[in-house]
Amino acid sequence: MEDMIQMDRTMSTQQDIKIEAKGVQVYYADNHAIKDVDVNIADKTVTAFIGPSGCGKSTFLRCLNRMNDTIDICRVEGKILLDGEDIYDPKVDPVQLRAKVGMVFQKPNPFPKSIYDNVAYGPKIHGLARNKADLDEIVEQSLRKAALWNEVKDRLNAPGTGMSGGQQQRLCIARAIATAPEVLLMDEPCSALDPIATAQVEELIDELRQSFSVVIVTHSMQQAARVSQKTAFFHLGNLVEFDDTDKIFTNPQDPRTESYISGRIG
Amino acid sequence: MSTSLLKTDARTKKRNAAEARFKAYGLGAIIVAMFALVILLTSVLGNGLSSFKQTFIALEVELPEDKLDKSGVRDLAVMSKVTTIGYAPILRNALLATLAEQGIETELSNKEISNMISKEAAATVRNRVLGNPDLVGQTVRFDVLASGRIDGFFKGRVTMESAALDNNTSPEALEIAQALADAGIMQTKFNWNFFVWPDASDQRPEAAGIGVAILGSLYMMLVVLCLALPIGVASSIYLEEFAPKNRWTDIIEVNISNLAAVPSIVFGILGLAIFINFMEFNQSSPLVGGLVLTLMTLPTIIISTRAALKSVPPSIRDAALGVGASKMQSVFHHVLPLAAPGILTGTIIGLAQALGETAPLLLIGMVAFVREYPAAFTPESGLFGEASTALPVQVYNWTQRADPGFVERASGAIITLLVFLLIMNAVAIYLRRRFERRW
Repeated sequence: MEDMIQMDRTMSTQQDIKIEAKGVQVYYADNHAIKDVDVNIADKTVTAFIGPSGCGKSTFLRCLNRMNDTIDICRVEGKILLDGEDIYDPKVDPVQLRAKVGMVFQKPNPFPKSIYDNVAYGPKIHGLARNKADLDEIVEQSLRKAALWNEVKDRLNAPGTGMSGGQQQRLCIARAIATAPEVLLMDEPCSALDPIATAQVEELIDELRQSFSVVIVTHSMQQAARVSQKTAFFHLGNLVEFDDTDKIFTNPQDPRTESYISGRIG
Repeated sequence: MSTSLLKTDARTKKRNAAEARFKAYGLGAIIVAMFALVILLTSVLGNGLSSFKQTFIALEVELPEDKLDKSGVRDLAVMSKVTTIGYAPILRNALLATLAEQGIETELSNKEISNMISKEAAATVRNRVLGNPDLVGQTVRFDVLASGRIDGFFKGRVTMESAALDNNTSPEALEIAQALADAGIMQTKFNWNFFVWPDASDQRPEAAGIGVAILGSLYMMLVVLCLALPIGVASSIYLEEFAPKNRWTDIIEVNISNLAAVPSIVFGILGLAIFINFMEFNQSSPLVGGLVLTLMTLPTIIISTRAALKSVPPSIRDAALGVGASKMQSVFHHVLPLAAPGILTGTIIGLAQALGETAPLLLIGMVAFVREYPAAFTPESGLFGEASTALPVQVYNWTQRADPGFVERASGAIITLLVFLLIMNAVAIYLRRRFERRW
């Protein structure tokens, strides 16, 4: 009986908390970029990281799918658990991790290939489609989820680089969700977009919340307030405050958070 | 009162003058370069275009059985005892007969008549006869080579004045040649054989060709392409994409840049020491030449490949890694295709450089006089192991010889070499345009 309760509890924690970071430290050579960050990222919610430039929010985001591995001088300490498994465990292959934790970058970076090939690339290398029909289905679903299908369904063979900036960014989102990730990381996905494209992407983020846990880094506090349920405020490498978005913006506990959202620092 | 915009002030004038001066320097430099190029091309084309044409004499040659086949039964063993010296009088008689037929009077000695025909001609006729013994006893039409002096006369190299001072020809011989040309028996026509024939000895520039040199150069380019491209591209990919950035890779990088600047003759010494003295590959073989040129070309290919890989935006690598591609997949699926035009261009430029290289080849014995076409493979000497020569070395060789006929040959070989280089560069440009992609 007790066992069942125990199991229930773990089940429920697993459902609630997708990523758990404990005492994360990041160093770039001698520069201590992230200082002892603890954060729990819930499943099927949008978590926003805000903070002034250089505060380490992008660095921390890139720790979550080990993109920092590609930087030679970068060193990560502490634990980051995805569904209870340490992603920095030596047994973890970052390639498998990145299939589970997708990423959308600041600048739209479609491959210089066709729209179809852009989306199909991830499923192809991960063997998610058994045949061409499967792959077509995945591509269509991903483009639909990214609200791009109607615009591109007649020109799937056109180059992905020939689209507008907003379309390119939505293509990158479609590419990221085509590998069926569990977490989607977005590093300032709207910074290169105009207000209309931004609104489209924000709407999309809200829909993606149904299926994934979304973590978004943003410079715009309005955006954080609009799209996220949880907000984390970073300052000089420290996680200053992490709470429900409403609370952060209406009733911040830390004076630094208050100064930042009222525009006095940053 | 403020200054008027309609009046240029002193400072602006000075700046404008500096700009005008700079433009003039640039224009001047380009004019000098163009002028040098025009002079080079005029001199090479002027000297060398004539080597693609050759003077031939159309002779009805009687092939007497009593001279050429003492056995009378076309026994090759007996027939081959008649050397080229035995064929010379037959050709001379044929020429004398032709002169008589045309009503051209001559007081020239037999030797002087013989001198009008190339020494190569007797060998040509002999080979034809030994190849087809049934020709003996018949009168066969041959287009035989005229001697270098007669050939030079029709190309303007030899004049009546120079012939008067020349032991090998005389003004009378030139007059006869002119008469034969007027009769249509002596003709100067396009000479494909220049590209096919091997080198010839000092006395017969008219028979020299660049066939062996082209073949040797081709073999060497094959060796260079097969070795330098994969090794160069693989090492660049490793250094650029996989290797950690530390002191060791820095040292390697600096040394690769240094190697690119090492004088090519040093590679020749290296090749002599390693490939010939230590590994005991055949001297003068395209294999050794190709290996030496590979060493020389590698730094060029590595440097240009690394530059091409560097120019692929890092966002492409991020994108590939972000969807879960492995490092190798991101390189081979995305980075390499984008870098391919740059890599190809670098490789072709490297090959073109290797094609024109002379100094290291001199050191490994490719300067030797070679008349046999090298086989690509023989069991005794292995792959590309037979002695050969190369185009630039052939040029060097011919410029050393006394007979002025070889100057024309050398210029002809230079033109051929330049055409090959132009073709290679054109291919490089075409490939770059064709496969260039924007992102």
